[in-house]
Amino acid sequence: MFELKFNQDLCYHCNTQACLTKCKFMDIDNATAKNEILKIVRGEDSFVLHECVTCYACEEYCPYGNHPFYLIVERQEALGITPQPLPLVKRAINISIPFRGEPEINEINGPVINLGAFSQLKNKIQGKLFDGLSIISSDERKMFHYFCQLMYLHYGKISLIKERLPNVISTITKHKPAEVICFHDECYGAYTSFCNAYGISVPFRPVHLFEYLFSRLIKLRDLIKPINIKVAYQRPCSSRLCPDKHLYVNRIFELIGAVLVKRQFSDENALCCGLTIQGQKKEGSRKRALEIQRKNIEDIEMAGAEVCVFNCPACFDTLSIKLKERNIIPTFMSDLCRISIGEISFNDIKMSG
Amino acid sequence: MDSIYNALCDIVGKEYCSNLPEEIYIYSYDLGTAEPKKPDYVVSPRTVEEIQKIVLLARDKNIPLVPLGGGLSLAGLAIPQKGGIVIDLKRMDSIIEVNERARYAVIECGVSQGQLISYLKKHHPNLTHSEPGAPPAATVAGNIIIHGQGDLAHPYGFSSDMVLGLEVVLPSGDIIRIGSCALGSGWFTIHPLPDIGLFLGWCRTTGIITKLSIKLFPAKKIRGTGTFVVEDEELIPEIIYKITHTQIPEDIIVYSRAIPPFAKGLHHITVNLAADSEKELEFKQELIWDDTLGEYIKNDLGGYLGFTKELERPQISKTSDYKKGGGFEYVGGIMPIDTYPQCYIRGREISEKHDIPYTVTARIIGLAHSMMFAWTYAFNRADEETIKKAREALYETDELVIELGGVIWKPGIYGQRLVMDRLHPGTKNLMKKIKTIIDPLGIMNPGNWELL
Amino acid sequence: MTLNDFQYSNIIHRCFRCGYCKFPVDWTDVNNCPPYARFRMESYSCGGRLWLTRAWLNEQINWSEYLAEILYSCTTCKNCEIKCPLRFNVDIVNMVVSARAEMVEAGKVPKAVKDFLQNIELYGNPYGASRTNRIAWTKGIEIDRYNGHEYLLYIGCAGSYDIRAQKSSKALAQILLKAGVSFGVLGDEETCDGNETHNLGEKGLFELLANKNIKTFNKMGVSKIITLSPHAFNAFKNYYPSYGGNFNVFHYTHILNSLLKTGRIKFSDSFHKKTVFHDPYFLGRWNGEYETPREILRVIPDIELMEMEKNRSGALCCGGGSGNFQMDLLGGSESSPARRRIREAYEMGAQIIAVSCPKCLIMLEDAIKAEGMDDKLSVMDISEIVAKACNI
Ligand SMILES: Cc1cc2nc3c(=O)[nH]c(=O)nc-3n(C[C@H](O)[C@H](O)[C@H](O)COP(=O)(O)OP(=O)(O)OC[C@H]3O[C@@H](n4cnc5c(N)ncnc54)[C@H](O)[C@@H]3O)c2cc1C
Ligand code: SF4
Ligand code: SF4
Repeated sequence: MFELKFNQDLCYHCNTQACLTKCKFMDIDNATAKNEILKIVRGEDSFVLHECVTCYACEEYCPYGNHPFYLIVERQEALGITPQPLPLVKRAINISIPFRGEPEINEINGPVINLGAFSQLKNKIQGKLFDGLSIISSDERKMFHYFCQLMYLHYGKISLIKERLPNVISTITKHKPAEVICFHDECYGAYTSFCNAYGISVPFRPVHLFEYLFSRLIKLRDLIKPINIKVAYQRPCSSRLCPDKHLYVNRIFELIGAVLVKRQFSDENALCCGLTIQGQKKEGSRKRALEIQRKNIEDIEMAGAEVCVFNCPACFDTLSIKLKERNIIPTFMSDLCRISIGEISFNDIKMSG
Repeated sequence: MDSIYNALCDIVGKEYCSNLPEEIYIYSYDLGTAEPKKPDYVVSPRTVEEIQKIVLLARDKNIPLVPLGGGLSLAGLAIPQKGGIVIDLKRMDSIIEVNERARYAVIECGVSQGQLISYLKKHHPNLTHSEPGAPPAATVAGNIIIHGQGDLAHPYGFSSDMVLGLEVVLPSGDIIRIGSCALGSGWFTIHPLPDIGLFLGWCRTTGIITKLSIKLFPAKKIRGTGTFVVEDEELIPEIIYKITHTQIPEDIIVYSRAIPPFAKGLHHITVNLAADSEKELEFKQELIWDDTLGEYIKNDLGGYLGFTKELERPQISKTSDYKKGGGFEYVGGIMPIDTYPQCYIRGREISEKHDIPYTVTARIIGLAHSMMFAWTYAFNRADEETIKKAREALYETDELVIELGGVIWKPGIYGQRLVMDRLHPGTKNLMKKIKTIIDPLGIMNPGNWELL
Repeated sequence: MTLNDFQYSNIIHRCFRCGYCKFPVDWTDVNNCPPYARFRMESYSCGGRLWLTRAWLNEQINWSEYLAEILYSCTTCKNCEIKCPLRFNVDIVNMVVSARAEMVEAGKVPKAVKDFLQNIELYGNPYGASRTNRIAWTKGIEIDRYNGHEYLLYIGCAGSYDIRAQKSSKALAQILLKAGVSFGVLGDEETCDGNETHNLGEKGLFELLANKNIKTFNKMGVSKIITLSPHAFNAFKNYYPSYGGNFNVFHYTHILNSLLKTGRIKFSDSFHKKTVFHDPYFLGRWNGEYETPREILRVIPDIELMEMEKNRSGALCCGGGSGNFQMDLLGGSESSPARRRIREAYEMGAQIIAVSCPKCLIMLEDAIKAEGMDDKLSVMDISEIVAKACNI
């Protein structure tokens, strides 16, 4: 079985304890943080394992790229501490079991975009920006063959990822992709951060959607008309696994002339959408999730956004109705880019959101 | 020439009368596993007078009559067991009156669920009726006649408990009215006149309902569904008891099924909540998910899956495509809530034995006074073998309902026999006498409830 | 032919006959499948048709002229495909068309269908009218024969021969002339586009027509086509490419809309009428185009544009599709879809029903007469409305 490459020496010698002191869901001072992280390193129980809401953020906070969040989930599983109640864990385990036959494998020998478990969002990858890309996982019935499984980080089930991910990688590899653009950055995080941390080999080159969009936009530069709309960005938990790609949000916005509004909860200080929190076992979780959502929405509104861009379809589903109630239009990055090159109008996203 | 055909054409017009093989074929089937039986004629009348004339003709010529609404009741209920005239009632589709203040609607028998919902939404947005999960082409009348249950069954009971008045054409050809409308008053109450409501649940063997008045209920501005997931079936009765104690939900459904995999071995309890404001909604949510179900979450026994605003029209017909085969049928049992674990376990066994992915659903009726537990069996219409298996499974399930102390809901012929065999002799006798008085020739839907 | 040989044998049994397909988007009534609305027998519903087709292929029932009429009464309007919740829904119309192809193959089609197809074969139009009369509609205006113009204006059979539809053809040509668009017509060399032929299941004839048209267009160097009819638009856009005909196809409303936007046509007169737009399904449900006609109407001076309850993807078809503007298998009753549509418009208080299809124009015009509503409302093609507002 794959083992987490975790360098505990880094923790012993770390004087920031950023992983825990920066946590937005626990109020921990340096001394306690050091104590607790070392307990976790040693495999002992820690309140952190119980209080963690699984927002992934500590993966980004750690200045050494030492994987504190993966470690936390490892220990949660080892000690039988599941953040979610067992019936939800069972449901989650079952949800991604493919049951509608094997996918058709066609060899592509070119760049592909992998929709992962979001086949129904085919309409988000249309037009010139995606010219020349083959789509894999475009059939909803087969999409779980392409699902990166990282979701189980929320369920204290890291073993399941280790068990299933290699099969998914091999399915994708069978398509002979030159490179794999990941529709969701959770997939990207899986094939980069997670696989690195566990030494799982990835025989294809994963590409982050935003990086891809940026490079396409550069090529289509002549078509771009600045869109001059005030846009907020809702950063998802999975983005914490690839903070270097988060930079592309800014770059894309600059290129297409969208005005990125200044939010309190942005970048490192982002606040998750609360979806995973609402069902957690910890008392008051449902209310906690609502509170987080309220904070996000108010923040977006206060920043003066007309549009809110999402990377993660789950965040989109969680927040979009509430945004619409406040006349803020939820959308995906690709659609925003398409407006800038004149393929769709502001009205279109208003209607389709 | 066929004189009955001609007479029927005279009544409804040539276009709405047929004895051609095409119509005979279509009207000999329902959607389920029941064996087809050919009608001799199909008519589609537009008025009560036309219906009356058809009945008089049938009485004089001693021809069976089979009323048909949406034809979606399954179990072969609208198949002409002994031939005769199928009366397709869907052209009787006027919405006659909606009384906003007294919250009722008077409609003709052919009005579909979809039509009423759409009409209320447009003209009376504060009102709604209890809509079953059936396809929207089902008629409102068809649903109350068979004691159906809709999405307000939890607070208000069976659809037939919501009837406030009826107009019926008897097998004699007489037109009668029941409820306050019989006094020439509004159609606002079925009580307190002597109870002669002999037209619901009699499996249309006593008359043809032409008009009905039904209760409408407040339609709140926000409606949505929350879901709670439980693994241990033994906990379901207790959890339902607790949820219903709050008297807050509009609809409570529990389901478990083999496909898709997330539903297998788990029980999803969906709870519909309605509110006029976010404040009201959150109050209700708190009461249900936190105060009532919080302890189950804490103890790892249940999980809150979230709440989605806006009710989607249920598309249970999708079940028919599980085997890519265009068909399913279910047995509905009206059961005590306590039988849930047994209903589930035994139902799964029956499904597995017949090689059908199991699907069970329970809708809570009348503050958990009972539940409608449905065991659904999908089949492939193009594969006779799967139809046979589904049919066997249905029969075994009919028996299971009786064994577990329930009552079979809208039984087909097989289930009807099981019920009649066990009916209290006095009751059976009285029913027999009533049937003889109302329909001495036995022209109404013969072949059903025959031993009566 | 047996069920096994049928192209859709693996899905035709999947229809549950649950009846979602009878409704418009908002569930107002069960009258949005035109033949079901007309006859109100289950046999005429979409599900009934699929079941009967299967029963016929399965030899459970025999072919009859009546069975064929049930099949040919489907206007291929695709309301059912929008409403059916099951995955096979994308193939419902394909199944109907394939079953018709079997009937054509076996030489077993209703007389009206036979005449329709025969006329197209012999005269290049379903009316059995002479080819030379194809240019009758141009009387009184000077229109170039296509000769290297930017656009070919393809009028089609209805716009060429039907007296009512001719007026819309003329109005369109006049607008294009006034706007200085470079276009020409084929005149008596024009022949049927074959859209109906295709959907009636006469594949051989359709291929003939498509190949012939593609050859003509190519020979003349046509690259951009404006069609009067959404039917022709559909054929050129969706069917011709697989026969090697790749043209840039526009429905005329696309062109008018851009002429308006670029200021090449300007309104001078007021059109103060309560107007509703009736969506033709070959623009709407078949090609996803709902807004362009509305964009044009919205800017007509003083117009009071209203929406019918059944609009866009929920619009009720006029009953003219699949050759029924001529064969009229759905006519002859107050339940005929066109007459229902007229009453719907009237009940909303509309004075004008705007259309963007010559078949809708013919069907609805006749329905107004049949309803005796000549003095209450009228039907106008968008080309006619625009022409009027431009004082042409
Ligand atoms: C996918 C699916 C989901 C369903 N879900 C539900 C559900 O959630 N709740 C529920 O209650 N049911 C449900 N049903 C069962 C059934 O479809 C509904 O109860 C429906 O309302 C029956 O109405 P109908 O018009 O189709 O009745 P029909 O099948 O036409 O008629 C039912 C019976 O009443 C008789 N009848 C019809 N009209 C008259 C009349 N005017 N006078 C006298 N007799 C008449 C018929 O002869 C027949 O015996 C479901 C069915 C399906 C296929
Ligand atoms: S076509 Fe679809 S909606 Fe219509 S009856 Fe068949 S399954 Fe139902
Ligand atoms: S295409 Fe139109 S006419 Fe044909 S079955 Fe579907 S809804 Fe009816």
